[in-house]
Amino acid sequence: MPAVTETREQVEKLGQSSYKWGFETDIEMDFAPKGLNEDTIRLISSRKEEPQWLLDWRLAAFAAWQTMEEPNWAKVSHPPIDYQDAYYYAAPKKKAGPKSLDEVDPELLRTYEKLGIPLHEQALLAGVEVPEGEEARMPIAVDAVFDSVSVATTFRKTLAEAGVIFCPISEAVRDYPDLVRQYLGSVVPVGDNFFAALNSAVFTDGSFVYVPKGVRCPMELSTYFRINARNTGQFERTLIIVEDKASVSYLEGCTAPMRDENQLHAAVVELVAMEDASIKYSTVQNWYPGDENGLGGIYNFVTKRGACRGARSKISWTQVETGSAITWKYPSCILQGEGAVGEFYSVAVTNNRQQADTGTKMIHIGRNTRSTIIAKTISAGHSDSTYRGLVRILPKASGARNFTQCDSLLIGDKCGAHTVPYIENRNMAARVEHEATTSKISEDQMFYCRQRGLSEEDAVGLIVNGFCKDVLKELPMEFAVEAQKLLQISLEGSVG
Amino acid sequence: MSDFLNISGLHARIDADGAPKEILRGVDLVIPPGEVHAIMGPNGSGKSTLSYVLAGREDYEVTSGAVSFKGQDLLAMEPEERAAAGVFLAFQAPIELPGVNNANFLRTAVNAVRRARGDAELDAVGFLKTVRAATKKLSMSDEMLKRNVNVGFSGGEKKRNEVLQMTMLQPSLAILDETDSGLDVDALRIVADGVNALRSPTFSALVITHHQRLLDYLNPDRVHVMARGRIVHSGGAELAKEIDVQGYASFLAEAA
Repeated sequence: MPAVTETREQVEKLGQSSYKWGFETDIEMDFAPKGLNEDTIRLISSRKEEPQWLLDWRLAAFAAWQTMEEPNWAKVSHPPIDYQDAYYYAAPKKKAGPKSLDEVDPELLRTYEKLGIPLHEQALLAGVEVPEGEEARMPIAVDAVFDSVSVATTFRKTLAEAGVIFCPISEAVRDYPDLVRQYLGSVVPVGDNFFAALNSAVFTDGSFVYVPKGVRCPMELSTYFRINARNTGQFERTLIIVEDKASVSYLEGCTAPMRDENQLHAAVVELVAMEDASIKYSTVQNWYPGDENGLGGIYNFVTKRGACRGARSKISWTQVETGSAITWKYPSCILQGEGAVGEFYSVAVTNNRQQADTGTKMIHIGRNTRSTIIAKTISAGHSDSTYRGLVRILPKASGARNFTQCDSLLIGDKCGAHTVPYIENRNMAARVEHEATTSKISEDQMFYCRQRGLSEEDAVGLIVNGFCKDVLKELPMEFAVEAQKLLQISLEGSVG
Repeated sequence: MSDFLNISGLHARIDADGAPKEILRGVDLVIPPGEVHAIMGPNGSGKSTLSYVLAGREDYEVTSGAVSFKGQDLLAMEPEERAAAGVFLAFQAPIELPGVNNANFLRTAVNAVRRARGDAELDAVGFLKTVRAATKKLSMSDEMLKRNVNVGFSGGEKKRNEVLQMTMLQPSLAILDETDSGLDVDALRIVADGVNALRSPTFSALVITHHQRLLDYLNPDRVHVMARGRIVHSGGAELAKEIDVQGYASFLAEAA
């Protein structure tokens, strides 16, 4: 018996210190004054030297936001958020002038290096400095967003040669105003919901991707978000436009320092896929989840939506959600073009006091549109996890099909898992299928693994990874390996 | 006398619907290194419980007695520590692990045990080589490695998979809990070959079985009869043949 207790204590200790990305970067920052009002918005807009139309757009969003109330239908609870008690703009101070990688503050480069995000193109391109035991990686273009601004974007030249635009959205506003103006807010309108309106009013940076007609993006694109400063919210905005017969695969990752207070992250992502276009959007969300008692952590209130505008277009969301104190997120697809395809593959892990309410919306508008939803929910500790999804088949969507599978895995007896599927079918020639299971890791499975020499942690990791396999295989190779490790780390301390 | 496996006065119980039920009632058993011992006995006599208690299943509470294995207090060790020390249990009903690739499971287990024993871990290539050699020796197909652990396996395939795990993990004490039940002659042969291939002066096996047939292939050094939670009779290989003809009746009378 004492041996068991000791193991548990050790395991619990592991759980507390397992967030490896919790360090803080000491760097000089430029803040806007605390609080949110029109002046804050004007200040953000002027700092970014934005055109008048965008300022007007922001102010309209702010006006809409002021009439809205924070949504309360999700199965999450938190103390009221004081929106006036946060900074809405925080940027690392930099010398004036254009930025090339050489000019990026070395402290920032070190930060990203520490996070495992290489911003050195040369090292990657040369492909010779592969550490022993590691496989040579495909180069990935990275946009690094630090608090409110993008600090570096790699491989822009290579991409430009293929005609692909990949840059911070603030630059896109300046360099490609027509594109931005045409599409910004066209998928998620300014007044769409409380958090989207807030984002529209104060968003500071994010990534912009444009893939022209017929171009398959030659490499994976990726944005790495890092919240560093205290008391700041992060409001990034991502816009991806993929023209006819073009395709792109985009990944995003995120981490934040460990802090006792909660920080707000309210992002908006808009995707537009034209005829025969395809967008694969993968997320590994690892914001600081708070400590084992639920102190601190990121509130991750995010609106992600893709519009499949063209015939046979395809948007595929894959997410591995392990971080954040609260996750409120429903990456959705509007299936407008005939034969458009929407996919949602999700793994959501909650441990300790984390809460997640996540799922998707598949809106079938066009004929013969298809959607697949595979959601895996893993709850441990005292956490609570909800799958919330909507499948809506509109009257003209004859031949539409949806398949939904929601599986929940419970670890321990103090956590919760909930499945809330909404199905609205207004076309009798459509087919909607829903399957759901709830299971626990059985003692038989644990004993079998341990008898073969696996520790409790390894056994849980293996069983959980097996449970999530259908989703993990949708991730790009390198991310899949990361995600597997992350799942295991997130669940440390969950057994016993 | 023996510092290999020494079970003395072992009592264990399980919680059965809120009331403790005593299943092992004073098991005494010594297995010297290099020997194969068989345990036979009627259903419900505690044979499987003995194997679970030796492997460290937490549902069973040991109320008294001791088990030493290679000089260590086996009962104080976690299941994975026992595995690292060399205890392997071939399950009567192997457990399914959905989504977990069999080869990956095997490699994880082999490396966990190697790490604990202070051996170098096998890389992907080294592992593949070793496992291919093992499947070949056991005349099994590699296809089984690509499937998920025991999911959709036939009864025979599950048992063969146990033997493959045993071969790869190189135990010093293999406990086979009715691994032969429900097997045809060919599969029985594979199980026996698996054990015989491991035979060495430092390897012992405890084989729980109802049938004489497996023992024909294994040629055990000792045969024990278990009844009502105790070893009631022990003898040589000929004892199994005797039981095959006469049944357990005479031993049960003896134990009563």
